[in-house]
Amino acid sequence: MPVLTEDRVSDGIGAPPPLTPPSGDGRGEPDSSFPVSSKQIATWLLMTGIAMLFAGLTSAYIVLRGVPTWDKIPLPPQVWVNTLLLLASSLTLELARRSVRADKVVALRQWLGITAVLGIAFVSGQIVLWREMTASGVLLTSTLHSSFFYVLSGIHAVHILGGLIALVLVSVKAWSGRLSSISFEPLRLCATYWHFMGGVWLYLILLLVFG
Amino acid sequence: MGNMQVEHATEHAHPQLGFWRKYVFSTDHKIIGIQYMITAMTMAVVGGLLSMFMRLQLAWPGHAWPALGKIFPVAFAGNIMDPAFYVSLVTMHGTIMVFFLFTAVLTGAFGNFLIPLQIGARDMAFPFLNALSYWVFLLSCIVIISALFVAGGAPLGGWTAYAPLSALGEASGPGEGAGMTLWITALGLFTVSGLMGGLNYVTTILTMRTKGMSMMRLPLTQWSLLITAVLGLLAFPVLLAAAILLTFDRVGGTSFFIPSGIIMNNRLLGNSGGHPLLWQHLFWFFGHPEVYIVILPAMGMASDILSTFCRKPIFSYKMMVYSMVSIAGLSFIVWGHHMFVSGMSPFLGSVFTMTTLVIAVPSAVKTFNWLGTIWGARIRFTTASLFAIGFISVFVSGGLSGIFLGSSAADIYLQDTYFVVAHFHLVMAIAPLFAAFGGIYFWFPKMFGRFMNETLGKLHFWGSLIGVYAVFFPMHILGITGHMRRIYDPLFYDFLKPDKGMNIFVSVSAFCLATVQLVFLANFFVSIFAGRRVKENNPWQATTLEWETPCPTGHGNFGDELPVVHRWAFDYSVPGAKNDFVPQTVPPGAEKV
Repeated sequence: MPVLTEDRVSDGIGAPPPLTPPSGDGRGEPDSSFPVSSKQIATWLLMTGIAMLFAGLTSAYIVLRGVPTWDKIPLPPQVWVNTLLLLASSLTLELARRSVRADKVVALRQWLGITAVLGIAFVSGQIVLWREMTASGVLLTSTLHSSFFYVLSGIHAVHILGGLIALVLVSVKAWSGRLSSISFEPLRLCATYWHFMGGVWLYLILLLVFG
Repeated sequence: MGNMQVEHATEHAHPQLGFWRKYVFSTDHKIIGIQYMITAMTMAVVGGLLSMFMRLQLAWPGHAWPALGKIFPVAFAGNIMDPAFYVSLVTMHGTIMVFFLFTAVLTGAFGNFLIPLQIGARDMAFPFLNALSYWVFLLSCIVIISALFVAGGAPLGGWTAYAPLSALGEASGPGEGAGMTLWITALGLFTVSGLMGGLNYVTTILTMRTKGMSMMRLPLTQWSLLITAVLGLLAFPVLLAAAILLTFDRVGGTSFFIPSGIIMNNRLLGNSGGHPLLWQHLFWFFGHPEVYIVILPAMGMASDILSTFCRKPIFSYKMMVYSMVSIAGLSFIVWGHHMFVSGMSPFLGSVFTMTTLVIAVPSAVKTFNWLGTIWGARIRFTTASLFAIGFISVFVSGGLSGIFLGSSAADIYLQDTYFVVAHFHLVMAIAPLFAAFGGIYFWFPKMFGRFMNETLGKLHFWGSLIGVYAVFFPMHILGITGHMRRIYDPLFYDFLKPDKGMNIFVSVSAFCLATVQLVFLANFFVSIFAGRRVKENNPWQATTLEWETPCPTGHGNFGDELPVVHRWAFDYSVPGAKNDFVPQTVPPGAEKV
């Protein structure tokens, strides 16, 4: 039996989770032959919905790109700083996932903490970016391209905030010793979502700069 | 058996949840389904009443109604219906019926009630999310109804909320201020609720099927709900995207949908560059799948009910599944047929004509299979089976006129006339409504442990069938004479004056049709408390898993053991079997004993 976490061993919070999920109860994964867990599917479906939301916005972007008053705005360098922050947070979250797989509890907590800090830094960086741009006279209503910039980055930021909430919940689990190499699905799903939103951001940047 | 099994067994032993936890803030999928149903029925009464006002005006435009003037001093100022009020009726009737009745009752009510029961699960994959989905839906209902009561009244732009009218705010009409804001808010909430539900449905059907319930053993209702949920997950986010852009146009001063050069109240607006047609594209990219979100569960339920009362397997089960999948796929590439007169290139129009007409193929496959199921059957004519047969009738009647409207050449003449109104009411309003009625009469014993009254049910069916044809058939003719939809006073136009008699006939028929629905409402609510008690689990002698549970089904659905499935859902009149139905839980060979 692998050691789950220091906490569990020391304060004896409860028995370790069973190696196989409970079966035949109609919740979780019963005798279902379906190979993927409910939460995994729900995460994929959520990402599908979000992808369709941005696909809808992209189609609007492409339609309006052709109008004479489009007036593309240059994006300040802060955009790239923020992009690096978000990419770095994906990297550290991946390191957190590797740590939990190896049952390295201390490293897991450290990497999760760093990821949350980087995530908050990204959102703060976006606020700095918006303030910088409005200060330089590029407003929501300035041109169609600037409208799209604010709307797309705003909607993305809302989804990142959702990811941060998930990250906090996962961190709480990590701190209370409920994540281990045999049971870390919440972290895995949170990482899937986080990487996805990172990918969406890269896509949006490419769209706004080159599209 | 794991820990959860023990937990459930404990729940069976201690079901004493208080009234509020059991019936109001419940996470039990059956209660949530019934909550959806009662809420949607309330919305139907509101939406139906609005259409009665419309018919009153269309039959007797300009007539003074002193009694109504006393009750609604603003809407009937001077005892005559206000034109803005009439247009807001059109918007609210459409919005309430499409979203808050059909989508809610077919996927919300039947989806919640039937999914775990028919796949052999104890609840949805995420019960809390499911409850949350209902409460957000209820909130969206309250918000949309409140649009009727704010200053300026409800929005005027129709359920499609075409820009730029919807994007300009109060300056473009009394209801386009606060009313339109509430409309967008309600749709936003509805979308969020629908996404939570859809996520739950797909996950539950994929992962929580009981032992032996392979995908190709699912009842067609389950297939239809699965496909519908996928459609919703792909289509509703696009509506949300459009609603977000529209909100920014309204409150943020952007110009996504507002073109240059619009003069309002003698003032040139500062907007420039927006594209009103963009709204139409985004809306209909969502809007056309939406009509299949409404009709697919109706098709699934009607198929299962038909098979049960024909005592025959559904004809060509696999083709029924494949045709639903192809209808769902095609629904994403036909949206342009709503926009033939928007100035789109005729070449593009031809493409949309072709994709639209192709949908007739899987639809015809389904119709053929329903007829194949009925063919030679010794049908048990219960109210539920009558409504399922009625569903085919109105679906075919409404579908045929769709072929006219799908061809751009004919549509350019018929666009925005009562021909369109007749078409979509029959095919995407009355047909799903009939299937929903069939579903209510069929599963009522499972929901409440009592039967609905069959005599009143048959009165309801025949009154409805005659009523809907009396209302909607003449509308085709009105449309061919050129009668436009959404007009306040047909007598304003000389060429529509000869239509007066037919308009009165339609209105009187509509009032009769509405009266017949009161019979249904009375039957429904009285039967909950005083209907004939159901003494067995399986009163209709059906095969699917929900009929293995008591009427009404208790918390946890199945006893200590979940059922094991050995066969498909349509083993009716199996040669050599003891009974003319073999439930899905009967092992191979055991049906002969």
